Amino acid sequence: MIAEIIAATLKIVLVLGVVSLVVAYLTYLERKIIGHIQMRLGPMRVGWHGLLQPIADGLKLFLKEDIIPSRADKIVFVIAPIMVLVPAFVVYSVLPFGPNFYITQVNVGLFLVLAVSSLGVFGIVMAGWASNSKYSLLGALRGAAQMLSYEIFLGFALIGPLMLAGSLNLQNIVQAQSDVWFVFYQPLAFIVFFIAALAETNRVPFDLPEAETELVAGFHTEYSGMKFAFFFLAEYANIMAVSTVGIAVFFGGWKGIPGIPLPGLVWYLLKLGAIIFVFIWIRATLPRYRYDQLMRIGWKFMFPLVIANIFLTGLVKLLFL
Amino acid sequence: MLDVESSQRVERGPSTVPGTEDLVINMGPQHPSTHGVLRVILKMDGETVTDVDCDIGYLHRGTEKIGENITYTMFIPYTDRLDYIAAPSSNLAWVQTVESLFDWEIPPRALFIRSMVAELSRIASHLLWLATHALDIGAMTVFLWCFREREMVLDLFERAFGARLTVNAFRLGGLFQDVPQEFLDDTRAFIEIFPSRIDDYETLLTENRIWLQRTQGVGVISAEDAMDLALTGPILRSTGVQWDLRRAKPYAAYPFLDFVVPVGENGDVYDRYLVRVEEMRQSTRIIEQCLDMLPDGPVSCKTPRTIKPPAGEVYHSIENPKGEFGFYLVSDGTETPYRVRIRPPSFINLAGLKKLSVGGLLADVIAIIGSIDIVLGECDR
Repeated sequence: MIAEIIAATLKIVLVLGVVSLVVAYLTYLERKIIGHIQMRLGPMRVGWHGLLQPIADGLKLFLKEDIIPSRADKIVFVIAPIMVLVPAFVVYSVLPFGPNFYITQVNVGLFLVLAVSSLGVFGIVMAGWASNSKYSLLGALRGAAQMLSYEIFLGFALIGPLMLAGSLNLQNIVQAQSDVWFVFYQPLAFIVFFIAALAETNRVPFDLPEAETELVAGFHTEYSGMKFAFFFLAEYANIMAVSTVGIAVFFGGWKGIPGIPLPGLVWYLLKLGAIIFVFIWIRATLPRYRYDQLMRIGWKFMFPLVIANIFLTGLVKLLFL
Repeated sequence: MLDVESSQRVERGPSTVPGTEDLVINMGPQHPSTHGVLRVILKMDGETVTDVDCDIGYLHRGTEKIGENITYTMFIPYTDRLDYIAAPSSNLAWVQTVESLFDWEIPPRALFIRSMVAELSRIASHLLWLATHALDIGAMTVFLWCFREREMVLDLFERAFGARLTVNAFRLGGLFQDVPQEFLDDTRAFIEIFPSRIDDYETLLTENRIWLQRTQGVGVISAEDAMDLALTGPILRSTGVQWDLRRAKPYAAYPFLDFVVPVGENGDVYDRYLVRVEEMRQSTRIIEQCLDMLPDGPVSCKTPRTIKPPAGEVYHSIENPKGEFGFYLVSDGTETPYRVRIRPPSFINLAGLKKLSVGGLLADVIAIIGSIDIVLGECDR
């Protein structure tokens, strides 16, 4: 019993530590890739090719003065970044990184991921409201509307693959793709999932809640120091989490291409890198949608699409399987 | 009309929903996309803009009054600081205004170099506009690509005049000295690669669905309204009015040059984008012609040591990248002007902001401010 607890604790510490580090280096990766797309070098000064830049950034944020605006609601203002960060990390408890490399397996794993990650939006609304600033308020309102809407499409897009896998346990879903990845059975669902994932993580072209050129910094305009770092970390942790869910449900998780013997974790990391590269590539390429256009795409285009996809999947399953 | 001084306790207008108030947002003077120190007071119903008021003057330096106290030559560097994005154009407007009080014969070589440098400054200005406008709408990469080419133009200015931004390019009667041959060679090298770089920007934007959705049908103005508001430059041309002072009232070497004045159809943000991108291509053509036709000879006519224009008044304007940039000058026959009045395109074009943006969304206001292409240096003077 005690051995189990120690083992579990070690796993949690390991995963959390690795995730935090990877998340920090995602910012480095993003700056480097965008830098090269834009014909510049990105960070070059701190360490070899700027490799220590995320650590320097973290230290800087840690040492910065922690400002709470005098007219802000102090308690809510302090809780908000925690409300955003904690769910972003809790979802890692059920994500499969390798055949034996995960914290725990739950029968409602995917459901837990969706449920917990949807809590993050409360933090955003709280941050925007507590800041007592108009830009923050507008950012939070946009964030709430956007994330609540796209949560629905994200969940609905996952129903198709779930019907094929017949399980909510993420490891079982991965196992169900031993022969063919679900992305080939469910291309429509994947497209909707990917677009919804961009919107869920507030990435370009759906970065309206923090649209810099409109709302200064959106819901975290008034935040500085470590509280700001929390929002920042949560954003990248969410990107990694949603990519991991996408890999597990559509790209066979840690399963590789038959014939190439690589450990499951390596396959997972390769796929993660590819998906995150697409995230960053999109950010460097596309302009930003307008608020009303975002809602129109969601409800008038993606919503009928996912419903049709679920219907079709059910029909095919009923008739041919 | 909003009360500028007391935007905190501004009278809250009736909203569409009973029991609610409009939100007053104070955008600027420190805001990422007000392009300098413009302050815009927005009255919003949710995300919809119901009223817009501009508060300018944060960069007011009294340039017109300064002009009354210094000589005509000494005022040239001050014009650099009006439209500092395209300083040679401002220089040209002032220099030509003063010259029009005399009957000097400006040597043709000077005229061609003036036109060429003015077009280079148009490219520099349009590149900065495209960079920031695209960034405002969220396309980050265009920003850095444009700055790469703008850097090349600024290097050309440095080679010819020794400064990059505030170049103080021209003198009364011509140029201070001839431009070096390296400047001409580098300019030719630049115009050879520049059209392909414009293609690169267009690849990212012109047919991008998101870009089209964000710009088409946004900030529409009719030709009549544009003329009523005295808007000039690409905004006027985007409505379909072919009015370009380089054509309408040719100056410098423009009578000898062949170029097209691009016009739009719908007068929206997208047409303004197309007009400016096409203007960059036309500028490249003009520069090429200037290089080909550049005559030899002196670059300055004989001017007296102290410039004392005959008493009289004159209004002269040129086609600045932003619109009609003019000077109204009253001379009393002494060494200093009696009155210098600047006709700034940004100031007058900015007056159209309310007409363009009321009824749109907050994100549209950002796109519209970008599409007006203001520079606060000449707006506030």
